Amino acid sequence: MTTLPDRTERKLGLVIDLDTCVGCHACVVSCKGWNTQNYGAPLSDQDPYGADPSGTFLNRVHSYEVQPEAGAAQLVHFPKSCLHCDNAPCVTVCPTGASYKRREDGIVLVNEDACIGCGLCAWACPYGAREMDMAAKVMKKCTLCVDRIYNDNLPEVDRVPACVRTCPSNARHFGDLSDPDSDVSQLVAARGGMDLMPEQGTAPVNKYLPPRPKDRLDQTGDIDVLAPFLAPVTDQPKGFLGWLDKALDRL
Amino acid sequence: MTQPHLDTSPPVSDEIRKTTCYMCACRCGINVHMKGGKVAYIEGNRDHPVNKGVLCAKGSAGIMQVNAPSRLRAPLKRVGPRGSGEFEEISWDEALTLATSWLKPLRDTAPEKLAFFTGRDQSQSFTGWWAQQFGTPNFAAHGGFCSVNMAAAGIYTMGGAFWEFGQPDWDHTKLFILFGVAEDHDSNPIKMGIGRIKARGARVIGVNPIRSGYNAVADDWLGITPGTDGLLILSLVHELLRAGKIDLDYLSRYTNAPVLVNGDPKSPEHGLFLRDEAGKPLVIDRVTGKLTPFDQPGVRPDLAASHRHAGVTHRPVMHLLAERYLDAQYAPEAVAGRTGIPAAKIRALAAEIARVAFDDPVTLDREWTDFRGETHQTMVGRPVAFHAMRGISAHSNGFQTARALHVLQILLGAVETPGGMRFKPPYPKPATAHPKPHCKVTPGAPLDGPHLGYVQGPDDLCLRDDGSPARIDKAFTWENPMSAHGLMHMVISNAHAGDPYRIDTLFMYMANMSWNSSMNTGGVMQMLTDTDENGDYVIPRIIYSDAYSSEMVAYADLILPDTTYLERHDCISLLDRPIAEADGAADAIRWPVIEPDRDVRGFQSVLLDLGARLGLPGMVQPDGSPTYADYADYMVNHQRKPGIGPLAGWRTGEKGLTHGRGGPNAAQLDAYIANGGFFVAHVPEGASYFKPWNRAYQDWAVQMGFYDSPQPYLFQLYVEPLRRFQLAAEGHGLRQPPDHLRERIKTTLDPLPIWYGALEDGHADPEAFPVHALTQRPMAMYHSWGTQNAWLRQIHGVNPLYVPTALWRQHGFVEGDWAQVTSAHGVITVPVAHMAALNANTVWTWNAIGKRKGAWALDEKAAEAEKGFLLNHLIHELLPPRGDGLRWSNSDPVTGQAAWFDLRVKIEKVAAPARSQPAYPPITSPVGQGPATLAWKVET
Repeated sequence: MTTLPDRTERKLGLVIDLDTCVGCHACVVSCKGWNTQNYGAPLSDQDPYGADPSGTFLNRVHSYEVQPEAGAAQLVHFPKSCLHCDNAPCVTVCPTGASYKRREDGIVLVNEDACIGCGLCAWACPYGAREMDMAAKVMKKCTLCVDRIYNDNLPEVDRVPACVRTCPSNARHFGDLSDPDSDVSQLVAARGGMDLMPEQGTAPVNKYLPPRPKDRLDQTGDIDVLAPFLAPVTDQPKGFLGWLDKALDRL
Repeated sequence: MTQPHLDTSPPVSDEIRKTTCYMCACRCGINVHMKGGKVAYIEGNRDHPVNKGVLCAKGSAGIMQVNAPSRLRAPLKRVGPRGSGEFEEISWDEALTLATSWLKPLRDTAPEKLAFFTGRDQSQSFTGWWAQQFGTPNFAAHGGFCSVNMAAAGIYTMGGAFWEFGQPDWDHTKLFILFGVAEDHDSNPIKMGIGRIKARGARVIGVNPIRSGYNAVADDWLGITPGTDGLLILSLVHELLRAGKIDLDYLSRYTNAPVLVNGDPKSPEHGLFLRDEAGKPLVIDRVTGKLTPFDQPGVRPDLAASHRHAGVTHRPVMHLLAERYLDAQYAPEAVAGRTGIPAAKIRALAAEIARVAFDDPVTLDREWTDFRGETHQTMVGRPVAFHAMRGISAHSNGFQTARALHVLQILLGAVETPGGMRFKPPYPKPATAHPKPHCKVTPGAPLDGPHLGYVQGPDDLCLRDDGSPARIDKAFTWENPMSAHGLMHMVISNAHAGDPYRIDTLFMYMANMSWNSSMNTGGVMQMLTDTDENGDYVIPRIIYSDAYSSEMVAYADLILPDTTYLERHDCISLLDRPIAEADGAADAIRWPVIEPDRDVRGFQSVLLDLGARLGLPGMVQPDGSPTYADYADYMVNHQRKPGIGPLAGWRTGEKGLTHGRGGPNAAQLDAYIANGGFFVAHVPEGASYFKPWNRAYQDWAVQMGFYDSPQPYLFQLYVEPLRRFQLAAEGHGLRQPPDHLRERIKTTLDPLPIWYGALEDGHADPEAFPVHALTQRPMAMYHSWGTQNAWLRQIHGVNPLYVPTALWRQHGFVEGDWAQVTSAHGVITVPVAHMAALNANTVWTWNAIGKRKGAWALDEKAAEAEKGFLLNHLIHELLPPRGDGLRWSNSDPVTGQAAWFDLRVKIEKVAAPARSQPAYPPITSPVGQGPATLAWKVET
């Protein structure tokens, strides 16, 4: 069994805006590309052109329909990857010390040299965020692109996770959630950022910004407020031409 | 416990090569990271005007496209029967000799017997020029089955539409309204824009039967009934007019609202504009009360006054427009039932538009001078921006619906003003500044001009002396006079029927006509393989170019294998479908960041080689040698007219390098590569809005070579060319439509936008087929543009038919069930899935996920071939017979656009079949099948 650090110097993580995520999967594939080429074993694919293709992904987007009591159903796109929990059960369950949480930034990683592929960590993770690579037989998970965010070979602006760099709708934000003044902390405060499944006691670092309220045009209160903007100048074409003439004089 | 040592600064790549993506039509800039000479990783280019660093799922999956097992390997000559997929590999010399032997006699005797259609081609200014030099009138790309309604309505109304033509003013808009957009067109810019405007609290409203993608994040959703968008828009116009919430100053200065319309019903010019001797439309000057040409200095055109002459009253367009749309038939209560949107919600939307436009305008402190010479201290805009694409376009009422949307934007004063819709240079460009279509054939010589263009009236139609269509697709005929992009979807059926005439060779590029790019897919396969009484194919010869083993490959006699997008030169030209943004004219290149590892060649280079072998003017030197070594040579050295070439950046001027107009520069491609693969010329700040009327913009456009002289013009709320066709249908003029089309022309070619129900509803009983059926493209998969990408097919490898809640319950469906779906034309049997966020009377599926067994190097048991399906089988290029002895085309009567989205069906629950139906026998794969595992790590 593996121990977690008492505390970490920073809490690097993602803030994901569910109000803006259009479900395009850009983050999913950018992650697949970077992490196939970089940290550890490549993310492999089995039967990629066959009847039952499957592969390793460190980040996936799920879509859920929500049916409010009144009004139209909604569709929420929900990207999910490792949440780099403070109380990461995937680490404490690891029999070899391969899974660990970094003291300096809180990133949860798998040391693939020490991983025996037993899969206990995937069972322990309540989010289903870890995937066994079927070719390398090691556990794969989001590294928060630890090989990008400090990488001197990349321009400074690119030292963010691949998913954040590529997200077209800017629904993914990266930063230090232990610093209340950081952009991500400010965003969480302003938008009511939430933990995923807080009852699990995992204390996830990543936060989700909830969708804003929708379908205001259906609310009668709004219609009353808006009614003056449609006050008719006329009900008849002839009346309209009279209004037009007067309105033109005022120009 | 000690942490393992970790290298957090590993080398990323040996080199970054910057080129242009081609995983869909957006054409984003990409950084291709190379390791050991191989592609290792692809990311967005931060400097690029289109994507500014971001990249979608398709773009990032490009590495799986470049290594796809479905890539064709060498030229192929058919050895089995057509459709079998049996080929032998041949050399390029043999392939080109064969093609030349087929095409040379056609050019010498009857060039129209070559039909050359280039699908999702992005080099149309080049392929069109090639076809013109060959001399055939039969050329077009895929616009006729895509979005020509939107494009043509935009050009005729205001000199451009959306996407390549224009974009919302993301910096200033406060209300963004999105109609019927497939999730792919202009996809990264729209996603970026939605993210930006949401971040500053602006509101997004989606009008779409399906609440997925952009509509899922919209603040409000109007789940409209398919095909009724025009009715909703005209109801908004009704409400805004009633409330006087229109921009009168804008309308009087910049549109034809004040232009006087001939009101004499006896005149052959009834309904046309009053004009002066120089042909300029006339208005009444509100200052003097006198009749005057619209463009004179100091004139303030009057929207209200009419002109009485010789006992006849000639009224301005504004009167006609108010009269039409104030009518009670457009009241929200009158349209609520058909649109599926409650009247109160329509009214609330109109009120929100009115509030933002007129209570919350945007004013920029930028001085500018208009074409009448008046200087304005500020730029005032109505910050309501719209965007729409194929969803409202692919209906038989799509042209008029797109017109209605453009008219709505103009009434608000929200086009080319801050916060509204902005054109992207070289647009705006009015219909009158575009070429007209050309179709005069001379054996052994080029066509008399460009194929495609914008007709101004019956005189410009492509008809032969006997009145029959000059083109195989019947574009620019009375059936669809304004078919500005041609009708690719009619080519095969017309060629098969020999109507209007027989052809010899069908030559196609990037168009999967025997599968997802055709209506009536099974019928098309039949037409491609049908033989005459002698046993010869009815369509005698088919040449096809594709990079991949698509379904269409099996139906060709000769395959010219293309490269992937990272192995080729390409030119995204201002002469074509540019990548400009509102603040800058831009073009770009692709260049071979890797060399092909197969015996394949870029199609455009092959076409130049073929052109030289055929002796086409411009492609061969007097000594018989080719003018251009390859497409790269053409991109640099071809001049369309002196100083204007395919690429605008880094040309040779009198005093060194210049942009826009200038001579060829041998180092031009190096300059593009050094700049990241693209070129941008920024619009001067004072020229950034009001472009059609802004002197600073017009002067800049002339300097850049977009026009030869300033071309200020009025937005056309009332489109006079449409009226010219109505006049002909009323019996005026020498060129007369056939009698059976007169009534339809009078009704549908209305110069002011109208709404009418889908034409199919007049042919098939809407009661018998009560449910609308649509397709959408997912953001993460671009139909069969490329291949069944190994990564993307794990995201979108299945396509159930999504069924709304009430229908789901009515039929007693449970997950895993199958349905038989029947249209007036065909039957399919497919898996179903429930979706609540959907118009109550609409079913839909993802487009083109279904594949034919044997294609795309997939296992025959792949889900795409077992459970995947196409709605195409349910759609016919002709409407069902209705007993009048005629077969009417299933397309828009103005432009001929394929009416894909008019489809109506009925659904029934059925026992699960072994696989989705119809099922076709496997085709032999010319490339085998893909590998069993992938772990694509490239080492240095």
